[in-house]
Amino acid sequence: MKVFSLLTLAFWLLLVLLGHLCQLQPNQIDLNAILQWPSAQHWLGTDDLGRDILARVIRGVEVSLMVTLLVTAFTMAIGLSIGLIAGYKGGRLDTALMQITNIFLAFPGILLAIAFAAVLGAGLSNLILALCLTGWVTYARLARGQSLALRQRLHVLAAESLGASGWRVMRLHMFPMLISIVLVEAAYSMASVMIAEASLSFLGLGIQAPEASWGAMLRDAVRFMLVAPHYVLIVGGCMMSLILAINLGGDVLRDRLDVRSEGRL
Amino acid sequence: MVCLTFILLHLIPGDPVDVMLGESASGADRVALRMQLGLDQSLPVQFAQYVLHLLQGDFGTSIHTQTAISQLLWQAYPATLLLALVALAIGLIVGIPLGIWSALKAGHWQDVMITMLSIRLAAMPAFWLGPVLMLVFAVWLGWLPVSGMAGPASILLPALTLGLGLSAILTRMTRTSLLEVLNEDFIRTARAKGLTERQVLLQHALRAALLPLLTIVGLQMGSLLAGAVITETIFSWNGIGRLLVESIEKRDYPVTQACVLVVAMSYVFINQATDLVYRWLDPRTRGHQ
Repeated sequence: MKVFSLLTLAFWLLLVLLGHLCQLQPNQIDLNAILQWPSAQHWLGTDDLGRDILARVIRGVEVSLMVTLLVTAFTMAIGLSIGLIAGYKGGRLDTALMQITNIFLAFPGILLAIAFAAVLGAGLSNLILALCLTGWVTYARLARGQSLALRQRLHVLAAESLGASGWRVMRLHMFPMLISIVLVEAAYSMASVMIAEASLSFLGLGIQAPEASWGAMLRDAVRFMLVAPHYVLIVGGCMMSLILAINLGGDVLRDRLDVRSEGRL
Repeated sequence: MVCLTFILLHLIPGDPVDVMLGESASGADRVALRMQLGLDQSLPVQFAQYVLHLLQGDFGTSIHTQTAISQLLWQAYPATLLLALVALAIGLIVGIPLGIWSALKAGHWQDVMITMLSIRLAAMPAFWLGPVLMLVFAVWLGWLPVSGMAGPASILLPALTLGLGLSAILTRMTRTSLLEVLNEDFIRTARAKGLTERQVLLQHALRAALLPLLTIVGLQMGSLLAGAVITETIFSWNGIGRLLVESIEKRDYPVTQACVLVVAMSYVFINQATDLVYRWLDPRTRGHQ
């Protein structure tokens, strides 16, 4: 499992690198060769505008990984800080924060992201913004719960009674104990961010043509499914392999950081 | 929640009046329409009016088709509900038995196979599983209709798309929950009493193991509703999800607002209902009240 996960991730990263080295032309249109089956010239065939599917898949994974990493990093940083501060300070700030997160959590799944993306308009930066606006909540809840528990720990009380400032306590005494559990959460949520990105692009709310993205490619592929079934199978298969690898990678990270079996939190 | 959806959709940069009338419309027409839609009022006033109308069951009118939104919702909602219920049934029928079997054979090859399968299913997003099912059952085998809403058979593919993902989660949850219960003291007691394995499983273990699943099912109904947005788009299923996507494409924002609100409220309602049922089913939680 571990090997599979690492190999798949390495495989895709390698492809992205190779794609840059070979200077692939994912947006080159060739109307004489539309919806072709895989051949020696186009290894995975061509799409409805005669563009090489392999080149577009590689460009797509690059965009997808970039969005996923950016969104995960932003949401983790924002959510962690908010949750840490709320859990540490407590009181009205904490109550207000919990109310806000409750409202966000009342919207199931990617519904809120769809609504935000619809409001903000399509495009790469708006897509990232929409995913960030909805993604921070889980981290905030997690970090808040953990820091509420940590706050009562002896070493935190000791630091406080020695006169350490709130900032110092949070930074040096609470943050290091939170980070591993938040990282594991981040690893798992990467897969759902990736699916959310593809879903929004699939609905036409995310990355716009001609830029390649797996969601948008799937949308085209579904439209031409009867003529070129290989298109949808290839793009979907690629996506599934990557999501599977990320999920299994999350398992590995969880075991490595030993979050569950740990009695310290 | 009402507040958030309202604020959200009034921050749209584009002006719906421009979209409806086109670039060449006269100034007077614009003002007239703006007044008709109530867009000339200040935002707090608009909000108060909106909430007042909402309490009377009035969602406003669609900018695009000029019909009452409540009527659109009334047509779309039952379709989504039906889809979600059939998907839930598929999820339960497939997921729970597989989970039980997997737990009983824990460590054997059957368990490994089922676990591998469910991990893979869970990694399959709806917009891929849907087309694959469509290709296999509708195009290649020709057993089921490709899309649309003609005849009872057409619900099978979209419901399978939603239900199989759910069943993967339920399988894993059932397995974990049952394995935990099987290690409890009361199971040992039941076995020591000389009950058959079947009796131990059906009368003692399952009753305790399936209870936590209820919460999961409640929570998953939410992702089912949200997943319906994609699935309905793929299969041209005229439910809330499709209404939502179409309204976004047409910038028909009162409809978008109503759809988001209705789905979110259903989700909250389902979770409240799950909590109540849980309390009723589990005597332990009743004792604490």
